[in-house]
Amino acid sequence: MNKELTCINCPIGCHLIIELDQDQKPIQVTGNRCIKGKEYAIQELSEPKRMLTTTMRVINGEKPLVSVRTSIPIAKDLIFQVMDIIDNTKLKAPIMIGDILIPNILRSNVDIIATSNNKLAINHLDK
Amino acid sequence: MIKNNYQLVVIGGGPAGLAGAITAYENGLSNILIIERNEQLGGILQQCIHNGFGLHLFKEELTGPEYAARWIQQLNDKKITIMLNTTVIDINENKEMTIVNETGLTHICAERILLAMGCRERTRGAILTPGYRPAGIFTAGLAQKLVNIYGYLPGQEIVIVGSGDIGLIMARRLTLERAKVKLITEIMPYSSGLIRNIVQCQEDFMIPLRYNTTITKICGQDRVTGVMIANVDKDRKPIKETEEFISCDTVLFSVGLIPENELSQKIGISIDPITKGPIVDQNLETSVPGIYACGNVLHVHDLVDNVSSEAKRAAMSMINKTNKPILINVSFDKNIRYVVPQKLTNLNINELILSFRVKNVYRQAMISVKSNDMVIYSQKKHIMTPGEMIQIKLISKQLEMIKDDLFLSIEVNKNE
Ligand code: SF4
Repeated sequence: MNKELTCINCPIGCHLIIELDQDQKPIQVTGNRCIKGKEYAIQELSEPKRMLTTTMRVINGEKPLVSVRTSIPIAKDLIFQVMDIIDNTKLKAPIMIGDILIPNILRSNVDIIATSNNKLAINHLDK
Repeated sequence: MIKNNYQLVVIGGGPAGLAGAITAYENGLSNILIIERNEQLGGILQQCIHNGFGLHLFKEELTGPEYAARWIQQLNDKKITIMLNTTVIDINENKEMTIVNETGLTHICAERILLAMGCRERTRGAILTPGYRPAGIFTAGLAQKLVNIYGYLPGQEIVIVGSGDIGLIMARRLTLERAKVKLITEIMPYSSGLIRNIVQCQEDFMIPLRYNTTITKICGQDRVTGVMIANVDKDRKPIKETEEFISCDTVLFSVGLIPENELSQKIGISIDPITKGPIVDQNLETSVPGIYACGNVLHVHDLVDNVSSEAKRAAMSMINKTNKPILINVSFDKNIRYVVPQKLTNLNINELILSFRVKNVYRQAMISVKSNDMVIYSQKKHIMTPGEMIQIKLISKQLEMIKDDLFLSIEVNKNE
């Protein structure tokens, strides 16, 4: 039995063919142009993971939002639960790129980190 | 009248402008000015919060704002003047320009100009679709700005026209923000977006995508209430009998990008009718001496890494420029849509990168470059699609073989 997947780790998008044994365990991966494709195929068959990128609300910031991402790919099944937490969290400026905004979200060992800066708004500075 | 004289003025502070200015500075130009019309540098990258940038140049996957920050940070130790919220309102072939910002009008003069204004979204799809003009019609990029910069959701039930990368990425983005993306329509039998975006944006969220389908009408008077969609025949014309109604409150158009060349036209630079960007030579110099172009203003790229590399090449060539003894045209066969550069004026270069797009999907086809009927380069490609910009590199050994005009062709395997 074979299973086919597309590797999403780079724009090439290799077409992966995974040979499975009777217990649906992968025996061999072909079609990948680099090691990442093989790792992806094995991960995808056991527990698919994705990078999540979104935004969070910021109070007192020069901009209303800050862009964020997961520190590493997170289980696909958790994405909407993570979005709920993110959407219900309000942050305070200033925020610097790389700041950990929510550590270990849903005890997944994944952090939510800032991907842009959001300084304190000018009118909050003089207070 | 002329107040300020710069060795280099870079118009646009996005990925192309940043890489161009930094490379020029590092290679000996001083007195460089970057003019940016927005309140921050980074251009469109600031609203592209998804990951996938920088794999080639930084060997990691960054989000748009992170990729921009990598470049902006390199400005710190360099004496490069930056003017934000500044617009070029007049410019001429003598490289004199009038700029405006909160300090008023300023006249400046440049020894060289790097055009790096980027591109904007096509709106033709929205304009040509019959119906009233109700609220709820956006280009995908504008919707991206609303969601990612201002935190405003454009609607609840959404139809996206066009399955290019921006359309796919917005389908995922809106789904994450709990809008319902009811359908993505694609007039072609394939997506022009990257396969990875089909997988992680559309398939992951089980968003319906219909190929060979177009929208024929936008319904609603004050607010969009739905769209009529129809299958298309092989000439891409809607088949009336297949028309059906899809209710929605928002329509996003993601039907392509077009280089933003109003300033180039003002200068009188020759424009390629296909790329809609300036005609350039191997130095990426336009038809006006001393004015160079790179990035999406020259031709629309799929990868920002390629934009940055092209900008670096433009900056290097303006420094190492030699005179122009020859003229070699770059032409191509019917399978190719365009090639950049369009001409060569000097072969005394180390390498030449030809960027081009094909017209159809070709499998197991051969790219060949000929000069005077002699093949000087050939390469077999597993697959080529119109959505993917292809780049090939000719090295000095091959450049020495150029005797006459260059001819690029795609030799299709007849058995396929
Ligand atoms: S296998 Fe490697 S080369 Fe192929 S898509 Fe995945 S990351 Fe890219």
